[in-house]
Amino acid sequence: MNTTFDPASLAGQTGNWLRGTGAESDIVISSRIRLARNLADFPFIRRCTEEDRVNLQRTVVQRIEKIAGWQNDYLVDLDSLSEVDRLFLVERQLISRELADGDGARAVTIDPEERHSVMINEEDHLRIQVMRSGLDLDSAWQTISRLDDQLEQAILYAYHPHYGYLTACPTNVGTGLRVSVMLHLPGLVITRQIDKVFRSMRRINVTVRGLYGEGSQYTGDFYQVSNQVTLGRSEDELVQLVGNNVVPRIIEYERKARSFLIEKGSQDLLDDVSRAMGILTMAKKITSEETMHYLSKVRMGINLGLVDDVEIATINKLFIHTQPAHLQKIHGGTMATADRNVRRADYLQQHLGYSV
Amino acid sequence: MKCQHCEKPATFHITDLTGDSGPQIMHLCEQHARSFLSSDKSTGAAASVSGALAKSLNLETAKEELAELDQKECPVCGITFYEFRNTGRLGCSYDYEYFQSDLEPLLTNIHDNTKHVGKRPARASALADSQANLIQLRREMESAIGEEDYERAGKVRDQLRDLETQLSQVAAEQTTGQMVADPEDLQQTGDSQKTGEASRAANSPQSSDDDGPAGSET
Repeated sequence: MNTTFDPASLAGQTGNWLRGTGAESDIVISSRIRLARNLADFPFIRRCTEEDRVNLQRTVVQRIEKIAGWQNDYLVDLDSLSEVDRLFLVERQLISRELADGDGARAVTIDPEERHSVMINEEDHLRIQVMRSGLDLDSAWQTISRLDDQLEQAILYAYHPHYGYLTACPTNVGTGLRVSVMLHLPGLVITRQIDKVFRSMRRINVTVRGLYGEGSQYTGDFYQVSNQVTLGRSEDELVQLVGNNVVPRIIEYERKARSFLIEKGSQDLLDDVSRAMGILTMAKKITSEETMHYLSKVRMGINLGLVDDVEIATINKLFIHTQPAHLQKIHGGTMATADRNVRRADYLQQHLGYSV
Repeated sequence: MKCQHCEKPATFHITDLTGDSGPQIMHLCEQHARSFLSSDKSTGAAASVSGALAKSLNLETAKEELAELDQKECPVCGITFYEFRNTGRLGCSYDYEYFQSDLEPLLTNIHDNTKHVGKRPARASALADSQANLIQLRREMESAIGEEDYERAGKVRDQLRDLETQLSQVAAEQTTGQMVADPEDLQQTGDSQKTGEASRAANSPQSSDDDGPAGSET
C-alpha cells in the first residue's frame, strides 16, 4: 500500500465526493454509507490493550495489502501524524473526529480518489465508508458491499446468527450500516418549514441533524439525514428508506420553498445573498463559522439564479479549503487563529474573483 | 453565551431534532460542536444507550436487582454491566451472549427488533462461544509472549489459526458452501480433532459462569 500520504499535495484539490456533481446536487451535497465491523479474535476496542491494538492494526493491514485492487490505497498511520494533518483528514471527512482525537495505534486506508476509506481501531475495529457527490446511495451501497466482501475474505468478522454483525455499541448491531445524506436546505429554513418537515420524519426511524440551529448568530442550512435503526431491517431496506423515501420528499419540499421564494420576488432574499457575497469578497478577516454561513447563502443564490458568475463546485471547494487545517496546508505553515482569519479572507477574495 | 460543556464561547448552535421530547437546542464551542457533529452517534451513543437502558431498566428492574446486574462481569473481556451502562460500549462479541437477557430489552428499545435480517458473511465464526475462544486464545498467546515462553506462544498461535480455519469452514458449509481463506494467514497447521478438544476445554468455564452473576464474580 502507499504509505506516502502527503496532505500538502492534496490540499489544493477536493475529494471526489465534493465535486458538486451527481443527482440533485443543487440540494444534496453528498451521500455517505458506512459499515461497522469487528474482528472475531479481538475484544472490542474498549477492552483492547495497546498491544492488542497494535496487533490488530498490523493484522488488518497485512491482510488488506493482499487484496487485489487495494495496493494503491494510502495507508496512513494516525498515531505518527501531526495534529494538523489529522484535522486535515477530518475536514475532508476521510476520518472521524473520534479517530483523530484518539490515542494509541490507529490508522486509515484511503482510496486515491478519496471515494472510500477504512478506519482501523475506531469505536469498532473497522469502519468502512464510501462517499459520493450528490444523491447516489445505490452505487455507494454496491461499492461498500463489494469492499466488505473483499475484507470478509481476508478477515474473520465477529458475527452472530441472530444479532448479525456485532458492534461495540448496540445502536449499530445487525447490519452495522449507517446511510447518511447531507442536504442544503436554505429554502425550508427561510420559509420556516424546516421543523415541520423534520417532525414528520421522526416517526419513520430517520435521524435528522441540523448543523446550525435557528436562534443562532449564524443561521444554518445544512442538515444530515440518516437511518436510526440498524437491526431488523436489511441493508437494502435502509438504503431505500433514506434514498428513495425520505430524501426525495425533503428535496421536493425544498424545491417548493425555493419556487415560492422566487415567485415572491423577495427583496429580502436578494439582499441576503448580496450581503453574503459582499462580506465574502470584501472582509479583511473572517472566521470559519462566518465563512460557512455566508457561503451557504451564496450557494443558495447560485441555485436560485441570483448569482451567475460563481460555480457550485467553487463554493463546495471553498467550504473545505477555508477550514483551519486546509488553510494551513495551502498556506504551507502553522498559523494562529487571528492570522488564519486574515488569510481566509484573502483566500476567499482570490477565489471569488474580487481580489483587491 | 458559553458552551454547554466548557468555558469557551458558544459559536455553534445546533438543533438536534432526533430527541423524543422534540427539538433540542445546544450551544457549543467549536471543539465540542465538531466532536458532536463528527460522531455519527450524535447525542452520543452513551447518551442514547443509557437513555434507552434507563427506560427498559426502570420498568423492569428493582434497585437491588440493578445493583446485582451492575456487578455481572463478562468472563471473556471482564467488562461489568455497570461499565457498559455508563459508557454505552460493550467489551467483546461474547457480551451479546453473556448479557443476552439484559440486552434484549435494550435492543428492542433502540431498534424495535432483535433479529438481524440482511447481509451475512460468507465465512464467519458461527458460534458466539467460539468467538470467545478466539479472544481467550489470543490473550493466552499474548501472556505467553509476555513471559517469553515462545514455545507455548507458538502452540497457542497454531490453535488460534486452526480454530479460525475451522470456524470459517463451519460457516461456509452453513451458508454458500464456498470457503475462501487467505492461504498464508489461515494455513492448516493441526488436525481438527485436536482443535475441537481445545475449543471444548476453553468452553467449559464460560458455560458454568453463564449460570448467574455470582459465578462471574470469581
